[in-house]
Amino acid sequence: MEIVVLVKQVPDTEAMIQIAEDGVSLKTEKITWIMNPYDEFAVEEALRIRASLGGRVTVLALGPESTVTAIRTALAMGADKGIHINDPAAEGSDSLSTGKILAAALKDIPYDLIIAGQRAMDDDGYQVGAAVAEYLDIPQISMVIKQEIVGGKIICHRTEDGALVTVESDLPVLFTTQRGLNEPRYVTFPNILKAKKKPVEIKTLEDLGIDPQTVGPAGQKVTIVALHSPPKRIGVRMLVRETDQENAAELVRILSEKVNVSRA
Amino acid sequence: MSSRVLVITERQDGSFGKVTYEALSEGRRIADCINAEVTVAVLGDCREADALELEEYGADTILLAEIASLSSYGTDSYVNVLEKLAKELRPQIILLGATDHGKDLAAQLSARLDAGLAMECTGIKLENGEFTFTRPMYGGKVIADIKIKGYPKIVAVRPNVMKMEINRRKAVIKDLAVVVGKGRTLVIGKKVQSEGKINLTEADIIVSGGRGTRGDFGPIEALASLLDGGVGASRAAVDAGWRPHNDQVGQTGKVVSPTLYIACGISGAIQHLAGMSTAKYIVAINIDSEAPIFAKSDFGITGDLFKVIPAIVNELRTKFPATGISRPLCPAAVSIALF
Repeated sequence: MEIVVLVKQVPDTEAMIQIAEDGVSLKTEKITWIMNPYDEFAVEEALRIRASLGGRVTVLALGPESTVTAIRTALAMGADKGIHINDPAAEGSDSLSTGKILAAALKDIPYDLIIAGQRAMDDDGYQVGAAVAEYLDIPQISMVIKQEIVGGKIICHRTEDGALVTVESDLPVLFTTQRGLNEPRYVTFPNILKAKKKPVEIKTLEDLGIDPQTVGPAGQKVTIVALHSPPKRIGVRMLVRETDQENAAELVRILSEKVNVSRA
Repeated sequence: MSSRVLVITERQDGSFGKVTYEALSEGRRIADCINAEVTVAVLGDCREADALELEEYGADTILLAEIASLSSYGTDSYVNVLEKLAKELRPQIILLGATDHGKDLAAQLSARLDAGLAMECTGIKLENGEFTFTRPMYGGKVIADIKIKGYPKIVAVRPNVMKMEINRRKAVIKDLAVVVGKGRTLVIGKKVQSEGKINLTEADIIVSGGRGTRGDFGPIEALASLLDGGVGASRAAVDAGWRPHNDQVGQTGKVVSPTLYIACGISGAIQHLAGMSTAKYIVAINIDSEAPIFAKSDFGITGDLFKVIPAIVNELRTKFPATGISRPLCPAAVSIALF
């Protein structure tokens, strides 16, 4: 099985996010970068599939220099090789352009299965997986919480608004991960060292035959025109009566004024 | 040349999901600003009489494709049908709800039509003839205003945000002739996991529990049930195996926007806050007065949730004795309730 995993580097979810002076980007100095958590599930699942069916796991990422850390983490988890699309002209690409760039790279990579995170924790777009599948003309199955591969077919169980839906498809397919798919393994120090020897190919837009004017800022269909901080709450009002009963009474009184509280 | 807004409905267990009415209401408001007509596409299991309900919320034309093979959602079949429809109708805006089904559909339709998409949109503005769409990013830590180039512009609205608004019209209902074709994926099973459970992303009230429950969600469930609210969980509670993944509220779980969120025994990690920070009112109950959650709440009680929650339950029972009428909460903030 040739498995390709799409990974992205995103700010640590515990990070304090601050808007930069230009009002349309973030301050990046204090940010710790991590592999997108939903991509960790993807790498882990790929490794498990390789363990049971044999084959190779390739990690593909689009991003600046720092993205190499996410690739190296995937290699340390056990992936076989990495491909890093690193081209400044690609920066600022929206979801469709990102999908287009990744799909162009995938045209030269053998794959039976592509696994991606359901969304990236920075843009929360949910789009790139579907875009890549569309440009490759393969089916996509999103939010997969469990999968089995049996004789050239994949059976995916996906979460869909409170239901578990089972979907079957021939390979190749692209599926995106849902929390609960697996528990990603920890990276051990010996594996980090081993990973340094694994190959990482670097590609540019020119290598992929992509005209920079169709991606990056020039190619944006979706443009951020302003970033704001969410409205702040005015500050907590602690209820500090003597007893739990008094606090409960106070709370219910407040809520019934603000929210039309009644019993079901 | 007439402008058009296309709204894609979603059927959930034989009725339209609440988010469908929200999307349609927003579509009506947009259409009124740009002098457009609102066309609603109903795919799947819906009788004409039920489809006509959509008149109440502003539909001008209802296209009904009541075909067996569309009765349950399949990405390919829906995307193929909607691609063809979008190319025929050439709407300026396409609206749908950002449910799991909607996100899946919107993402693929966006790529299929090469149309920009505002995913999980929480607001739409029209200024000088240009649309600006607001949506959260970085788990809600940043709110982004975006513009979309070209048409159609696809907007997947976050559930429980856009106001439902009655705007009755006389709608024309037509059959939508579709050729579904063979999908590349086949749905071979569907199991409803949350039988009777309230959908957290649509809930007006959520009571959530965390590490402080020590695994006992009894009080949380009792309070939620009394308020007709949903039950959520922090990542700690899910990781400990006390609650299913489906119940997790947080950046890697569900993002919810209820009117009231009561966090019990939850410390308030940033990744949890990202899942509920847009709640209108946040109440926190925690034994630790220094818990970070208090800083992000509107009201807080320091105490043992196993004592505080029963006190609240008791107070509710005393203040609001059972009327025998089951009536979900109707917060003043929501203009028209469905119920």
